[in-house]
Formats: sequence, C-alpha cells, structure tokens
Amino acid sequence: MGPLPLFPQEASSFAPDVDHLLYYLLAVAVFFTVGIFLTIFYFAIRYRRRSDKELPRFVHTGMTLEIVWSVIPFGLAMVMFTWGASIFFNEGRPPADAIPIYVVGKQWMWKLQHIEGQREIDELHIPVGRPVRLTMTSEDVIHSFYVPAFRTKEDVVPGRYSTTWFTPTKPGKYHLFCAEYCGTNHSRMIGWIYVMQPQDYQNWLNGGSASGSMADSGQKLFQSLACGNCHHPDGRGRCPSLVGLYGSDVLLSNGATVKADDSYIRESILQPDAQIVAGYQPIMPTFQGLVTEEGVVQLIEYVKSLGKPGPPVTATPQQVTAPHR
Amino acid sequence: MIRIELLTPNGHLFSSDTYNKLFTMHGVVMIFFFLIPSIPAVLGNFFLPLMIGARDLAFPRINLLSWYLLVIGGLFAIFAMLAGGVDTGWTFYTPYSTTYSNTWVIATALGIFVAGFSSILTGLNFIVTIHRMRAPGMTWFRMPLFVWAHYATSLIQVLGTPVLAVTLVLIFCERVFHIGIFDPALGGDPVLFQHLFWFYSHPAVYIMILPAMGVISELISVYSRKPIFGYSFVAFSSVAIAVLGFLVWGHHLFVSTQSFFAGMVFSFLSYFVAIPSAIKVFNWTATLYKGSISFETPMLYAFGFIGLFTIGGLTGLFLACLGIDVHVTDTYFVVAHFHYIMVGGAIMGYLGGLHYWWPKMTGRMYPEGWAKLSALVIFLGFNLTFFPQFILGYLGMPRRYHTYPSEFQVLHVLSTAGASVLAVGYIIPVIYFIWSLRYGAVASSNPWGATGLEWRTPSPPPVQNFEKIPVVTHDAYDYSTTIGEVIEVG
Amino acid sequence: MASEAHAETLALREQFDTAAQQKDVATLGMWIFLITEVMFFGGMFLAYTVYRSSYPNVFARASSSINVYYGALNTVVLICSSFTMVLAVRGAQLGKRITTIVFLGLTLFLGLVFLGVKAFEWGEKFHEHHVPGPGFHLAGVPPGLQGQAQLFFSLYFAMTGLHALHMVVGAGLVITMMWLTYKGRFTAEYMTPIDITGLYWHFVDIIWIFLFPLLYLVDRHMGK
Repeated sequence: MGPLPLFPQEASSFAPDVDHLLYYLLAVAVFFTVGIFLTIFYFAIRYRRRSDKELPRFVHTGMTLEIVWSVIPFGLAMVMFTWGASIFFNEGRPPADAIPIYVVGKQWMWKLQHIEGQREIDELHIPVGRPVRLTMTSEDVIHSFYVPAFRTKEDVVPGRYSTTWFTPTKPGKYHLFCAEYCGTNHSRMIGWIYVMQPQDYQNWLNGGSASGSMADSGQKLFQSLACGNCHHPDGRGRCPSLVGLYGSDVLLSNGATVKADDSYIRESILQPDAQIVAGYQPIMPTFQGLVTEEGVVQLIEYVKSLGKPGPPVTATPQQVTAPHR
Repeated sequence: MIRIELLTPNGHLFSSDTYNKLFTMHGVVMIFFFLIPSIPAVLGNFFLPLMIGARDLAFPRINLLSWYLLVIGGLFAIFAMLAGGVDTGWTFYTPYSTTYSNTWVIATALGIFVAGFSSILTGLNFIVTIHRMRAPGMTWFRMPLFVWAHYATSLIQVLGTPVLAVTLVLIFCERVFHIGIFDPALGGDPVLFQHLFWFYSHPAVYIMILPAMGVISELISVYSRKPIFGYSFVAFSSVAIAVLGFLVWGHHLFVSTQSFFAGMVFSFLSYFVAIPSAIKVFNWTATLYKGSISFETPMLYAFGFIGLFTIGGLTGLFLACLGIDVHVTDTYFVVAHFHYIMVGGAIMGYLGGLHYWWPKMTGRMYPEGWAKLSALVIFLGFNLTFFPQFILGYLGMPRRYHTYPSEFQVLHVLSTAGASVLAVGYIIPVIYFIWSLRYGAVASSNPWGATGLEWRTPSPPPVQNFEKIPVVTHDAYDYSTTIGEVIEVG
Repeated sequence: MASEAHAETLALREQFDTAAQQKDVATLGMWIFLITEVMFFGGMFLAYTVYRSSYPNVFARASSSINVYYGALNTVVLICSSFTMVLAVRGAQLGKRITTIVFLGLTLFLGLVFLGVKAFEWGEKFHEHHVPGPGFHLAGVPPGLQGQAQLFFSLYFAMTGLHALHMVVGAGLVITMMWLTYKGRFTAEYMTPIDITGLYWHFVDIIWIFLFPLLYLVDRHMGK
C-alpha cells in the first residue's frame, strides 16, 4: 500500500485556477451539507414526538422564505458558472506560440510526434514553462487525453481533430490516462508526461533518433505518393499549388470560403471530393487507407512548411483568394 | 458491489475482458432493469391508483403487457450475459459499440429496447390515470406529492424513451448492415450518438430519482405529522426537474469536442436544475420545524436520503462547472456523484417506501429493530464506499479502469471495505422481509396514522382497492382530520 | 395499442365509473402514445437534419435520384386513405355497419396500394445499386463521397422502412376493426376502438407528409 494522497499535484498553469474554483465550490458544498445536517439533527431532537396524541400546529408556507432559498443558491450557482466558464474559455484558446504536438490515439496506445521529428509512444517529453498545443485524432474508437496533474482532458475522436493545450509549470513525471472507455485494455492505455528543464529538453530533442523533422517526413511521403505530379508549386498543375496554402482562405467551387486549417487539409487528403477548390476538377483520388493518421499530420506539417499565407494560393487569375483574414 | 471486490488488488482476480463485461452488466442491469422500473413498477403501480382513489390504473392490460415486456427485455439481457457478455459500458459509445466490440451488443441493445417500451407504457398509463381517474374531490393540488413525482417521471418516460429506442435501432442497423450513421470512415459522426444517447439518458437519471423524491415527501410528512412545507413548490419542482432535464444533456459532452458556446449553454442550464432540487431539500427540512417527529425506519431512510442527496446534488454542481468538469469528468468523481444520487437517493427512497408501505402491501409489519439496524449499516457502508471515490476522482483516477497506479490503492481499499459493509446492509432487509410475510405482526389499516387515501382501505387492500370510492374533502397531509379520530374503513 | 382494440363488450370495465370516462381515457392514452411516436421519429429526423446540413451537396444529389413520382403518388394515396378513414369513423358514429366496413375496406386497400408502390420503389433501388452495402454506387457522386451518399440512402431506408412498418401495423388494426364491426361489436354509442384506429392512421399519414418533402423534394433543383 502506498501513501494516502488527498490532493493531486499542481503542474500546469491551469491547475491553480481549477483548484481555486474547487475551493469555492467545496466551501459552498460544505456549508450547505453541514447546515442541512445540523438543522435536521436539531429539528429531529427538538421536535421529537413526545406523546402519541400530539398534533403539531400547522405552519403556513412562507413565500418570502421560498424565494430567498431559491434566489441565494441561484446566485451562488451563477458565480460557479461564470468562473468555470472563464477557465473553460482559456482552455479552449491555445496561444499562437505554443509548441505543437500531434497525438494519435489507437487501441491501446498513444502515439505522439514532435514537429522536430521525434516520435514517442505512451511518453511525451516537453519543456517546462512553455505552452504546448496538442492536435489529436484517433485511428479507431473514441479515446480521451487526460493529465490529472495538468487538469486537462479532451476527447480524441476518430475522423476529426480536437485540440487542447497547457503550460507545464513544474518539472517532473506525470500520469497520462485514457479517460474514455475504449475496450479491453482501456486501463493500460496510460503513459507518462516528462516535463523537463528547457536545457534538458533541448538535449533530449538533439539526442533523439529522429529521422528529420515532421515536415521532412511529410515531404518524403509527398514524393512517394507522387502528390507533386499534380500539385505543382508554381500552380501550373492540374491541382492547386500548396505553397502558402496553410492558414489562408480558400474559395470553393460552390461559392463558399473555408480556412485552410488542419481539418481542411486532412479532409482534402482523405475525402478530396468533399470540398473542391474553385476552378479545379474533382480528379484527386482519395488517400483513405493509403496514409495513416500519423502520415496525414506529417503531410500537414509539410504543407505548413511551404510558407505562410500571403501570395495567392491558386494560379488561375479568375480565382480570388482573399488574403489572410 | 461485486465489482468493487475485484478492485482491491491490481487486477489479479479477473482478466480485463471480464472486468469490462462485469461493469457493463452492472450498469445495464442496475439502470435499465432495476433503478428505472423499481419505484414506478412496484410502489407506483400499487399505490398510485390507491392514492388518488381509483380502482385500478386506466389500462390494466397495458400494465400487464409492460410487465411482460420488462421480463422479455430482462431475458435478452440475461441471454447476452450468459452467452458471453458485453463490454461496451452501459453508454454504448460509438464507434466502439458498433464496429470494434466483438461482444453481444445486439442482444443487450434489444433487451434495453424492449424494456424501454415497458417504461413508455408505464409512463403512458400513469399519465392517463392521473388525468382521468381521480376520485371525486381529488383535485390536482390535493394529490399526494408521490403522485406528482410520478406524473413528472411519466412525462420523461413518454418523451425521452422513444429517442433512446430509435438510437438503439440505429445502433442495431449499424452493427448488422454497417450503414455508417455513426462511423467516421463513412462520413458518420460518432458524437451524434452521444447527443442522442444523453438526450434520453440524462432525463433517465430523473426517472430514477423523482419517484424517490416523491416517496421522501410522503415519509417526511407522515413521521412529523405535518403537511409538507411549500406543497406547491415541491410539486412544481418535480415538473420543473422533468422539463429542465431535457435541456441539459450536453453537460456530459464538455470534453467531446463540443463547441465552446454549446458548453456554455449546457453548463448554464444545468445550474437551473439545481434550484428545484434545492427547493425540495429546503422544504423537507422546513417541514420538520415544529413537527411531531418519530423515528420509525422509513423516517431514518428519509433522513439518509436528504443527507446523501444533498451531497450528491452539490457535487453535481462541481460537474456542471465547466472548468472543474474538464478535470473530473470520466473519473471516479463522477462515479461517486451518481452513486450518491442513484444509490444514496433512489435506493434509499425505494427502501424507505418499501418499509413504509410494507404493512399495506402484505398486511404484516416488518421487525422494527432489525430494520433500524440495517438502515444504519447501509448509511455507514454507503458513505465508506463512495466518499473515498470523490477524492480518488479529483486525484485523477479514471473510471472503468481494471488496473490502476499504486498511489490510489489506499482509497480503493477503503471503498472496497465499505462495499462489504453495504452488502451486509442490503442482505438483512431481504431476510426480515421474507420472515415477516409469515411471522410478522398483523398490520392494522393505518399503522402510521397517515392521511393518504391508501390508508383508508384494509391492509392489504381488496381487489377493487376500495369498497366504495372515497370522496376527498381535504388537502393532502391534513392531519387535523385523522389524528384522534376513528378512521372509517371501507 | 391493440389491447384496447379488444372491445369485448359494451360493458364498462371494472375500473371505470362511466362510459364517457372510459372513452376519454382511451383517447387520451392514444394521444400520449402518438406523442411518444413523434419523439421516436424525431430522433431519426434529427439525425437526418444533422447529416443533411453536413453534406448538403451530396444529399441534394442523392435526393434527386429517387423517383419523385412514386413519392407524389403515394402522398395522394395516403391523403385519400385518410379521407376514407374519416368516412369510416363517421359511419361508425352513425351506427351504419355496412358503410363503416366499406370505407374501412377502402382505407385498407389504399394502404396496401401505398405499400405496394413502396415495395416497387425499393425493388428499383436494388437494381440501381442504391441499397447501402458493398455494391453501393450512386452515379454523379465522386468516389470519395460515396460514403456520404450511402448515408442518405441508409437514412432513406431506415425512415421509410419504419414508416412502412407503422403502415403494416395500421393495416392490421383496420382489418381487426372490420372484423369486429362485422361481428356487430360496435354501436353508435360505443365505437372508441374505431375512433382510436382512425387517430393512429392519420398520424402515420402525417409522418409521411413530413417524410415526403424531406426525402424527395428539398433541394431537388440542385445537382440535376
């Protein structure tokens, strides 16, 4: 038997926020629980039945009382709501300079990639003090990425990207759990997060056996799948150029405009016919089954590496591509 | 209870597969075949007509049909269990349940589907009965609160269960024909399932707790010989809970890639449910004020209910709170929370009601001493089992884990010890209830000095409930008319 | 609801005080049952709405591929059957046995016509490879989006299938009513089961009135 911990470690910038909110909720909960218990005890003893013939007086319902004890809890609850929502709001907004990490969940393991190219299974090394943004998807069923010490959790859903982020504040080794039931070995789908000093992290990055950055791997994949046959960088191919695509607004054949983010690029690879860029024919075959989820994120990184938005995405003059935002 | 026993060691007793099947069956059986039907089917069927002065429910044959359906549904579930079990969890999340699980999902889903119809028919029967079968003088605001609670419950059953049914039909089609409604590979959306599922299953929680609240309202009033404080508030809070219950399903999905805005709305609405719940607790407590309180077993259960429901309800606020929920959802915190509501609430209410009406149903008294002892044991065992789970949850122990890191062990051991105590607490009543059928003291028509119509007919009641349909002239819980007067029987 | 249809006698069943109460109770029960049916189909409609808005183009394309004339024909047939149903109920209210049986018969006939057309339409789908499964193919939809088109047909079959199932139940009820009327179980004073069967029939009819535009008509002009 181990020690008896009563409170989890606080190891991310969210942890203190969440815990402070918890103290408030605990205070309210304890106040009402104790209050009600004591009142019941007091009434039960004070007004116990003394004779069988006893008939208590009728006490009229007090309207004021009813309103008071509806409004006060409501007020307290609204404080909880606002406070909780503001934390949730922050949790949903990763800062722009966050370190991107790609996560693929699979029965029953976590596969993680750094953009520098390091790949890890059930382990994640990150530096202390810098925000980390996770882009996650699943190869099979729904999983959930949960790090109690960071107070973060987000479901990992097949067929789409979900994101979450955190800033670790204390070096150390923390549990990573899968929190959405995912089959036989759900309880073994756990791993460790290593939060390191920046220097150690740099050493770790350099010391790894990474075979080039994610963008490099993406480029290799891009070549081996012969994507370049159509997607010419100068836009003269049968398909749109990918240079400067990432983050830009793309005009589609049905007149709508979408932002070229991770989900858009993923969909364009796996279901190319779903959204056709204006001025092009739906000739691209699907790569569903040919590229793994990990490969897809490498391709995305490669597309990202082709430049930020600025120059027009498409070459043909009648296509209008609005500049970024 | 069985499943806590295997939680102690680091999972040497069973394989992970077995463990997953066990907790799934525990969830399915407890929720769909015990908690949902328990109070309505046993106490509701028996007492609802009695309490409003009707000879029977509006559709006795439909009632019988719903009983058969429940049995058939149960047989399907038992078949699934014997044939090899299911390992999807009672929530059947897609795509695991539709594509990846190799177990008996269809049989179980079919069982729940059939049992669902039983639930729909019961609800339908209650609503019609309450609308059309009340005795002369039994106006809406003279109805006992037990009846009000059942009315609210029936509304949920009638409106919510069909959605579960259609969801299960889709699961069924998906598994058999692979049509792709929830399969992302074919363009389906696995999270849509969660929306449909929780649209029923959150209100289903209120199907389980509302009847128990109704029972508690009866008990508190009888054993303090006072009308319920704020009768109309308590009555309407039941309906309010039923209605609001349909608007908050999204709070199960805060971390399911739901949009921030949706999360906000559902969190906000969830807090509204807290208000009618708080109103009930405060009004019950206020009823005690200047009452004449006696401590028979049902009253002990009522006290237990209020205490545990308060804890369960307040921890619900933690879960409705976005910032905290992200951390504690899908952990033992949730497990503890819903056991406080379901076991601490619904089962305490069921046991309280069963003791209270036992003399009426069987014509025999249960042994008071043993009953008080078991009530105490259950209360203590329950808290020992589930309170440590709150701490475990905040520490980050995820639910549905067969094995777990060693730092959680102390609390798990405590919890397991509590479960054994709880088990003893549940066995005692089973024994003495059976014993009392034969050897219990013969009960009078109104052993508690209560006011309800069900106490104005012999124990047990005749086939037609009343020899002459009573005419109601007073509000519910009007003790000035019963105490000290001879109550005419029949 | 079949259990109410067993109207053995004119006699009041033991739990009721008056005949009016008994009729009232039965009608209210049916209405509540219909509410549960609305919720039941509601889940399907929700799933349909979600996917329709996710994949508007493919759904519009798939929707144009199904034959609107069959759908329209069936709509007319059902509306007529509702009319004959009303006449049957009216006949029963007036205590005219023959009229009641004739119009129930007409209703039944129209219901069967509906099912026949439906069966024919489904059969055609098999020929066109529009049935979800390994052989599924919808012309005019790019290969990558066949899955989404299949989704439309899954929903199409699930929704019309459930509706057809309700039609079959309705036909069963109508046959029972014809038999009971023939046996002289009903009088002008007591014809609740016929009344209730009528309610059910109209409800199933109305579901179709929603299904028809949703599956056949919306966005038909697109993708032609």
